[in-house]
Amino acid sequence: MNWPDFWQHVATYLELAAAALAGGIVAGIPLGILASHLNFARSPILLAANLGRVIPSLAVLTFMLPLFGVGLAPAVAALGLLAIPPIVINADLGFRAVPATAVDAARGLGMTNAQIFRQVEWPLAFPILFTGVRTAAIEVIASAVLAAFIGAGGLGEYITEGLQANIPRLLFLGAGTIAAIALAAEFGFGFAQRRLEVKT
Amino acid sequence: MTYLFSHWRLIGVLTLQHLGLVFAALGIALAIALPLGVFAARVPRASGLLLGALGALYAIPSLALLAVLVRSFGLGAAPVIVVLATYAQFILVRNIAAALRAVPRAQLDAARGIGMSSRQQFWRVELPLASPVMIGGLRLATVALIAIATLGGYVGAGGLGSEIFFGLQRRYLEQTLAGSIPAALLAIAADAAFRGLERMATRRTTG
Amino acid sequence: MWRRSLSISVSVGFDSVVARYPQADRNAVDGVSFEIPAGSFTVLLGPSGCGKSTLLRTVNRLVTPTSGTVTVGGRDIASIEPTALRRATGYVIQAVGLFAHMTVAQNIAVVPQLLHWDRERIEKRTDELLDLVGLDPQRYRLRFPRELSGGEQQRVGVARAIAAEPQVLLMDEPFGAVDAIARRSLQDEMLRIVRALQTTILFVTHDVEEALHLADRIAVMRDGKLLQYAAPEEMLRAPASPYIAQLFAVNDDLRRYDELRNALSRRA
Repeated sequence: MNWPDFWQHVATYLELAAAALAGGIVAGIPLGILASHLNFARSPILLAANLGRVIPSLAVLTFMLPLFGVGLAPAVAALGLLAIPPIVINADLGFRAVPATAVDAARGLGMTNAQIFRQVEWPLAFPILFTGVRTAAIEVIASAVLAAFIGAGGLGEYITEGLQANIPRLLFLGAGTIAAIALAAEFGFGFAQRRLEVKT
Repeated sequence: MTYLFSHWRLIGVLTLQHLGLVFAALGIALAIALPLGVFAARVPRASGLLLGALGALYAIPSLALLAVLVRSFGLGAAPVIVVLATYAQFILVRNIAAALRAVPRAQLDAARGIGMSSRQQFWRVELPLASPVMIGGLRLATVALIAIATLGGYVGAGGLGSEIFFGLQRRYLEQTLAGSIPAALLAIAADAAFRGLERMATRRTTG
Repeated sequence: MWRRSLSISVSVGFDSVVARYPQADRNAVDGVSFEIPAGSFTVLLGPSGCGKSTLLRTVNRLVTPTSGTVTVGGRDIASIEPTALRRATGYVIQAVGLFAHMTVAQNIAVVPQLLHWDRERIEKRTDELLDLVGLDPQRYRLRFPRELSGGEQQRVGVARAIAAEPQVLLMDEPFGAVDAIARRSLQDEMLRIVRALQTTILFVTHDVEEALHLADRIAVMRDGKLLQYAAPEEMLRAPASPYIAQLFAVNDDLRRYDELRNALSRRA
């Protein structure tokens, strides 16, 4: 067993997932806010987001190959794209769930638009928005395994190598570590979400 | 694109194979999920635990589970169908339970009031009224399974994934896309078809 | 600042105010002119859709008149920064609109915070207000709105509106969502409190009974127009139109019916 190699794979895997999730958040939240606040922008944005949720992630990964070649770049781009839809959809849901009466009261009390957004809309929308981030994280972690197929490395490589060369130890190491990371993310995000729900 | 057009017969066969994997798994999954969903709807206290466990299973990346199952089932369709049926559980059970819980009490009372047995209540009133939400669950499950089934190509189960992986191995992009583009279209078509069914069912239950 | 230049209570004037919503086929407020004296309790009364809420919302510039002017303390409010105007104007709505993610104390402190009061002053004021609206500060300060009954929520809504001692208080059917049994006592108590502030109050309702119960002066509106602005007694004695006479007569019948029913139930 080659431990430095193992940690390298874990690091690549986590970096890939984290970079993609960060990209998805940075792109997805503004798009969701746009969709929830501008009627004319809403249907095209949500249509695209729904399409993005339907297309298989392996397909999205392969669609990046003509643009970026093989390696880490297409994987980050594809996983980032996959992270966007759930965040957009939930951000839109969250902001549209903010009661109109709360916004009316805030305006009537003399808040500026920026204050209404920061002090009223954002905190009220956040728990639902966070659910989208959680979904995106789980999806990105699952799809990051597939990144090994397009030469991006990471823990998925143990599975491909283990299957191809028939080395069960390698296969179980990969599958077990991936499962552990996925479960840790699922429970971590689940815990954070329950904390949020208690507060609001 | 020339590859895709010159191999359309092969792609057609692989598409059917892909659908075969998905629907075989969906059938098995439904047979398990329906009783589980009914149970989760009737026993709220147990449903949290059940859905938590299924959710945890769902969070495990499918390739990891598939790789482990290939060890015990060997290559081919069997491990893929088991993986697909497993992943469908969380989506199906959650939706079936939610659908049943959303059935208006008044209509159930009415059914009992006119003398239906509890079996009749379930099959004639509860299930039809819950059908729109359940079809929504079937839609989500089908779309997810079409995506996961692409991994079947990697373990010798055929389907559109085989073109994707052959292409990747041979570094032949056209062949890869000849698998992934039809897979994407298949998912989009399935999504649209189930949305249509959902609308029909909604119209029937809210008449 | 603008509010310092004013006395404790101020008059509110409407001069040919017209308000029309985009895409509407008629004016929501259609040429309304009248002057509300400083410190009075004026009820805007009329059926739903008569423009009373829209007129109310011109006073804190939540609605901008299509034409005409609204004055507060004699000053055209079009020249006042909307957020500054609103911070100096209390606003209570039927839906209450408490912020679900803030505690009771944080909700009440919204306007003082916007006005950059120091923390000590805010805390003192919050407790004072909770006491005033009949909620024990110790028990209620850290609660969230969802833990309160409808009546308690509206108490907090009133406290939030008067936190920074506004010179004008706008109340839009504030007790409409409270159940009928609790309404009267809540109404009486809240009124005692806001009257004690000696601010000018504009109160919107469609309930004739409520209007008669509360008002120094009633402004009856219909189809965006002001039909009459007068003290309740005068309106009963000399209604300006058959519509107004009928409005209060129906109410008379109801009151007689209520009395009869009460008498019967007492006997039974």
